[in-house]
Amino acid sequence: MSRSRETTDARLTEVLREERGRLVGALVRILGDWDVAEELVQDAAVAAVEHWPRQGIPDNPGAWLMTTARRRAVDRLRRQARYRERMARLTAEASAMTRSEPVGGPMAADDRLPLLFTCCHPALSREAQVALTLRTVGGLETPAVARAFLVPEATIAQRLVRAKRKIRDAGIPFRVPDEAELPARLGEVLTVLYLVFNEGYLASSGAAPERRELARDAEWLTSLVARLMPDEPEVIGLLALMRLHLARADARFAPDGSLVLLRDQDRSRWDRAAIADAAALLARAERTGRPGPYQLQAAILAAHATAPSWKATPWPAIVALYDALLRLEPTPVVRLNRALALAERDGPAAALVELEPLADRLDGYHLFHAARAELLRRTGEHDLARDADRRALALTDNPAERRLLEERLR
Amino acid sequence: MKYMMLIAGSEEAWAGLSHDEEHRLMGEIGQWWNDQMAAGRITEGYQLQPSATATTVRTAGAGGPSVTDGPYVDAKEVIGGYGILDVANLDEAIAVASAWPGPDVLEIRPVVERES
Repeated sequence: MSRSRETTDARLTEVLREERGRLVGALVRILGDWDVAEELVQDAAVAAVEHWPRQGIPDNPGAWLMTTARRRAVDRLRRQARYRERMARLTAEASAMTRSEPVGGPMAADDRLPLLFTCCHPALSREAQVALTLRTVGGLETPAVARAFLVPEATIAQRLVRAKRKIRDAGIPFRVPDEAELPARLGEVLTVLYLVFNEGYLASSGAAPERRELARDAEWLTSLVARLMPDEPEVIGLLALMRLHLARADARFAPDGSLVLLRDQDRSRWDRAAIADAAALLARAERTGRPGPYQLQAAILAAHATAPSWKATPWPAIVALYDALLRLEPTPVVRLNRALALAERDGPAAALVELEPLADRLDGYHLFHAARAELLRRTGEHDLARDADRRALALTDNPAERRLLEERLR
Repeated sequence: MKYMMLIAGSEEAWAGLSHDEEHRLMGEIGQWWNDQMAAGRITEGYQLQPSATATTVRTAGAGGPSVTDGPYVDAKEVIGGYGILDVANLDEAIAVASAWPGPDVLEIRPVVERES
């Protein structure tokens, strides 16, 4: 049953993506040591590279990796002086671990969930949370995380070392928060996932593939959380939000790499089936009767994505959704976006009035100036519009956005 | 695990409280502290005299220790007290600190426990 190396390597990559977090999580829970847990999983992966081409891919590759990692853990513990207690735990866990669970199948208790909550613990910096989540739960190698965030590899490596040291020394527990803590802690997890998504989604078409792939990585991680916590409507809301964005991703860039605004996008290039699926997913979240910011943002996006054209977009409904969102998140950026929907309902002059009080707080935000320029142009204030476009151009480094603004100023 | 919980606050803010408010708050803090001690989550700790009573001794300089008036950092928020927590993990320490009744800032740090 010999298989070519390419086949087994490809299968291993696929298996590791799904299983890595589960393996690391299980080993962290048993051994309480992040570095050792990661090393053992790495060792098991190396063993798979050696054995699978010769012996064939096992029926349950996840269980095979766990068994291998566990054997190595036992070897390691034997060499240590005080290993009895941990050994007992390890053998007790053994039967539970190697039960023939199908890869990606449902598990009563999945160790990836406490792993994710620990990675996104509020006692870690946001940067550390992001790096740790991508590395440990997402299974990205350190160089890939570095390339995705345009940060030197040594910086990411150091961030990971420091974060793991803090987890150990400050006593950050490996657990899913209880009911009282859950809303805040889940919010922390979703913030990290949405941040990773946006890093990828907002990256220009010329960016490194690792950077653009971040959006897919975040979507995968969020779908994992949705599988593990099926009763949390905000998780489903965020997943729907990401999928609604991704369904329209192909229409966002022109062949020359410049950004195409929603109004001008070729809607025939949107993935209608994916949009319908995401809308159905969102409806499931909404039926819980527990609205939240991610569900509302997804609902706004769904209203756009299901509209046949820019002109036929249900603007009054979108303004109403922004009003609901403002009640939960009264931020200047939400106000800005509401004003843009208002411009379509009541005209650009009404929207400009809404923008005025935001000028101070959003002065450093390029999209504020770009939006204002657009509205000014529509009211015939061409000189003021150019000033605003120039201000926007000075504030962004994103090549696709720059190209669009330069085009306007020509 | 053992943690030190440093309680920092603005002395100005405390001074701005009315006599009744301060009395009520100190009562709440006293009650809370006793509850935590009874539950074994705080093993010891003290309220400190105002920062005006502090004296700083620096031993790192050349020419022997120097002694100066006041706390070692000049900040708006000053340490007003501390407690030693004995809890299972950081989440429990955060839960204790979050329930502190005063309008303050709390820093939680694990202590170095050496095996003797």
